[in-house]
Amino acid sequence: MTKLTFIAFDGATFEVEAENGSTVMENAIRNGVPGIEAECGGACACATCHVYVDEEWTDVVGQPEAMEEDMLDFAYEVQPNSRLSCQIRVREELDGLVVRVPERQA
Amino acid sequence: MTKVTKTDVLIVGAGPVGLFAVFELGLLDLKCHLIDILDRPGGQCAELYPEKPIYDIPALPVVSGQELVDRLMEQIRPFDPQFTFSRIVAGLERLPDGGFRVTTDEGEAFEAKVVVIAAGGGSFQPKRPPIPGIEAYEGKSVFYAVRRMEEFRGEDLLIVGGGDSALDWTLNLQPVARRLTLVHRRPEFRAAPDSVNKMLALKEAGKIDFQVGQVRALTGENGMLKSATVKGPEDEVEIACTRLLPFFGLTMKLGPVAEWGINLNENLIPVDTEKFETSEPGIFAIGDINHYPGKLKLILSGFHEAALMAQAAKRIVHPNEKVVFQYTTSSTSLQKKLGVA
Repeated sequence: MTKLTFIAFDGATFEVEAENGSTVMENAIRNGVPGIEAECGGACACATCHVYVDEEWTDVVGQPEAMEEDMLDFAYEVQPNSRLSCQIRVREELDGLVVRVPERQA
Repeated sequence: MTKVTKTDVLIVGAGPVGLFAVFELGLLDLKCHLIDILDRPGGQCAELYPEKPIYDIPALPVVSGQELVDRLMEQIRPFDPQFTFSRIVAGLERLPDGGFRVTTDEGEAFEAKVVVIAAGGGSFQPKRPPIPGIEAYEGKSVFYAVRRMEEFRGEDLLIVGGGDSALDWTLNLQPVARRLTLVHRRPEFRAAPDSVNKMLALKEAGKIDFQVGQVRALTGENGMLKSATVKGPEDEVEIACTRLLPFFGLTMKLGPVAEWGINLNENLIPVDTEKFETSEPGIFAIGDINHYPGKLKLILSGFHEAALMAQAAKRIVHPNEKVVFQYTTSSTSLQKKLGVA
C-alpha cells in the first residue's frame, strides 16, 4: 500500500492508503475527495480529475503523455504541475505523494 | 408548412442503446427514426472513446467503442432505421390521437406513437471556458460555433483552442477578419498536422498572431467585447478583440428534454423496471439517462432495458396485435425480418 495525500481546495486534507496499480483518481473517488469529478470514469476523455502535483513530487510522478496534454487543454487554471489524476498510476515510489485539487474542474 | 416525418418510434440519441433499441423494436415490426446532436451514430462511444477498449459486452472479450458502434449499425441494418444528425430535439407535444410531435432546433417535425429517450449523459454541447463573466458576452460577441463566416468580416477576432475546430476556423476566418489572434495554452496542438502547418505559415507571413497562454478576463460593455487578458508563460498581455470564439470541446447537458414535463431526478429520468416508461405514458427512457433502484450505467443494462421497452412500445403502437414471444434462433418470421430466412 502507498500513502497518498489529497488537499482539497478548501484546505481539507485526505490521507489515504492506495493500492499499487490503481489510479490516483480512483482513490480520490473511493475516499470522497471533493472536487474530483472524473466524469468519463478514467478514460482520459475529459478533464474533470485535474490535480496539481506537489512541487516536490513532479519529477517522480513524471510528465503527461501527449493524449493527456490534449485533454489538459480543457482544464481550468492549468499549471506546469497539472496532471489528470486518472493517468497517474500508484506505485511504491509515490509513497507520500501530495496532490492538490483545483478550485474547480472545467 | 413544415414537412412532418412520420414514424412508429422516435428515438432521441443514437448511442449504443438507442441503436440496439432499433433492433428490438424492429423484431416487433416497429420502424424507428433517431435524432442525435452529433454528426454520426455512436454517442459517447464514438465521441469520447472510439479507440478505447470495452471489456464488458457479453461474448465480446474486447471491443473498441467505434467497433461496437459499427457492429450495432450492421446488426440493425435490416430494419432500415432513419437518422437525423446534428440536431437537438427541442419541443415535444402530445397529439390528440395519443402520439407525439417532436421538433428539432432546426424546425424539422416528427410524429411518432412512442418516444424513446436514449440520450445517455445528455447532448454534447460546446463547453463554456472558465472565464469569469463570459456569459454576458455570449451570443453577442462570444460564439461557440460559426454559422455564417460573413458575421466575422472586418472584426478583430480571438480564437482560443488547439484542436481541429480552433485551427480550421483560424484558417477559414483569417481572410475575412480584420485581425485574427489564435490563443492556445501551449505551443503544441491536437489539430491535424496539416492545419497546424498552414496556421504556422500564416503566422510567419504576419497574417495572424499566435499567443501562448490562457484567457483570464474579458473587458467590454453591453455584451460587446473590447479586449481579452491572456496569461502567458511569463506575463499577462492584453489583446484587443471584438469577437471571441472559444473551442474547448464538448460537454454533456440534458438540454430541452428537461422541459418536457417528465419527472426528473437530478438530471436523470425515473422509470419503472417493467417497461422503462417515464412519468408520461408513451415516453420511455433507456440507457444512462434513466434511473431506478439498482441502476447500473452499463451498456449491457441499456440493452436489456431496450428489449423490455420494445415489448411495451409494441402494445402502444399496435394495441390489437397479440405479441408472441419468439427466439431469433428458431422463428422463421423473425429470421425473415432479419433477412436471413
